[in-house]
Amino acid sequence: MTLELNGVVKRVGREVHIHETDLTLEPGAFNILLGTTLAGKTTLMRIMAGLERPTAGAVRVDGRDVTGVPVRKRNVSMVYQQFINYPNLDVFENIASPLRVARRAEAEVRSRVGRVAELLRLTPYLRRRPAELSGGQQQRTALARALVKDAELVLLDEPLANLDYKLREELRDELPRLLSERGVTVVYATSEPTEALLLGGHTATLHEGRVTQHGETREVHRAPVDLTTARVFSDPPLNTASVRKAGATVHLSDRIDWPALGAAGTLPDGYYTVGIRPYHLTPRPLDGDAVAMTAHVLVAELSGSESIVHARLGDSTWVSQSHGVHAVAVGSDETFFMHPGRCLYFDAAGRRVGG
Amino acid sequence: MRRLKWLVPTLYVVFLMLPIYWLLNMSFKTTNEILGGFSLWPTEFTLDNYRKIFTDSTWYTGYLNSLTYVVINTVISVTAALPAAYAFSRYRFLGDKHLFFWLLTNRMAPPAVFALPFFQLYSAIGLFDTHIAVALAHCLFNIPLAVWILEGFMSSVPKELDETAYVDGYSFPKFFVKIFLPTITAGVGVAAFFCFMFSWVELLLAKTLTSVDAKPIAATMTRTASTSGYELGLLAAAGTLTIVPGAFVIYFVRNYIAKGFALGRV
Repeated sequence: MTLELNGVVKRVGREVHIHETDLTLEPGAFNILLGTTLAGKTTLMRIMAGLERPTAGAVRVDGRDVTGVPVRKRNVSMVYQQFINYPNLDVFENIASPLRVARRAEAEVRSRVGRVAELLRLTPYLRRRPAELSGGQQQRTALARALVKDAELVLLDEPLANLDYKLREELRDELPRLLSERGVTVVYATSEPTEALLLGGHTATLHEGRVTQHGETREVHRAPVDLTTARVFSDPPLNTASVRKAGATVHLSDRIDWPALGAAGTLPDGYYTVGIRPYHLTPRPLDGDAVAMTAHVLVAELSGSESIVHARLGDSTWVSQSHGVHAVAVGSDETFFMHPGRCLYFDAAGRRVGG
Repeated sequence: MRRLKWLVPTLYVVFLMLPIYWLLNMSFKTTNEILGGFSLWPTEFTLDNYRKIFTDSTWYTGYLNSLTYVVINTVISVTAALPAAYAFSRYRFLGDKHLFFWLLTNRMAPPAVFALPFFQLYSAIGLFDTHIAVALAHCLFNIPLAVWILEGFMSSVPKELDETAYVDGYSFPKFFVKIFLPTITAGVGVAAFFCFMFSWVELLLAKTLTSVDAKPIAATMTRTASTSGYELGLLAAAGTLTIVPGAFVIYFVRNYIAKGFALGRV
């Protein structure tokens, strides 16, 4: 099914929660809404589901206007960040609930619930109440209920955010597989850029109630249209600084500059904002064009597989992210390499102009 | 110090139980023994007092009347409070907070204030001396209480549960009865218990609004005391029996009440 938002606006009192938005979901695919908390992901999702009515604009399913149609008349299912199950029903009846409401035959209910429960490995727990399950099992029950009814649109609002690390990884692998088999349109809200990249599909980035970009996840990540999108899609945060381009050189300050390589070469002279991804600012050069600069280390976070170092360079604090563990002493001056060919350049209005 | 640890709880229980024990003690004595002197337990153990209450219709109808209007009141109060509490917990509307507070102030007003207007009003419309009159009058303080308790329990259920049910295709009435009510049974139990207790112990309105047909047990007791001299044993037996329904109901909702305390609504 194709879901379209046409000029959707949501205002609550004087506050604008969603600015005028046009968005067409990719049918039968994974659509990710990426944005920080309060960016409007949940509101947008509730409008898609029919739980909330937009202040203006229309929601269309396969070209048909469904704006005023209540959620129970639409064929959608939804999973929340909190584990929402019916506490008075056991797991079997929880999963069966949409089928029961639709008055399906007992045999059909049994076989369908059985299949979904098998898929989500809930079979041993079918006779338990939700309160007797672990968080992961509770969320799998909610997912099972969303999958059992063959909805055309599945809305997942940060479904893995409250799960522990191991389960999150496991379900993150399984979810796209489970859903792609069914050919349903999925909307998945998340605040983690890494999660969006791992899930693939298409991504719409949201910032303060506006969709800033919508496209293939990798494409949005590789070529953000503006500074806001690049920031939303970067974790750790994007390194930005004001630079001046003069001729074939980009000046960060009097002392630090680098050659204007790649798309930056064709830019007219003037002031720009440069965006350097944390993983393009590394303790070892990534290519032959790397430019070395010295920065004062403030914080070093070492995880098992990567190092994140916050360092002061001139007036701004920059973040470097690199694979492997690099022992860096806090308070020391270290050399980092930036890569002029991999920088993003934004004009005064924040639009990406090069790189 | 450690060896005296049992002392405080023991004293507490003793002081707590003493009046109840004394009432029970008296109910098994004859009036002569009660008036005759001091005894810690009945020397002439008798069940006559209870026998009289269970056989004499002027006595046991008092209990039946009380139970009738209390049950009617509990049913009305909880039934009316459920939708009200749902509205307060789920919707924002103009003046909702003021309305909620105003409801509570009704709980604070002394029933005596309303005794006279209620008497006049119920007499005028021919409801005087009926069970329903007392049951309705007690709604004055029980509905606000039930709304207050139920609102607490309902607000502890996430709004997303309602939405999940609508997404699954439930209509509102079906969701309310099949999913929501079972989820908040504890709250319904606690609300019903408090309505029951407050209606059961309220005397002034119950006495004012009845004369014969719906006379509550407490009224029977006070009238007996003044007309047929001091039948202390009989009164003690009647008093003991008034404790029974409360103790019975509290036994069933004891776990729920703990939950209510945890929510800060009891």
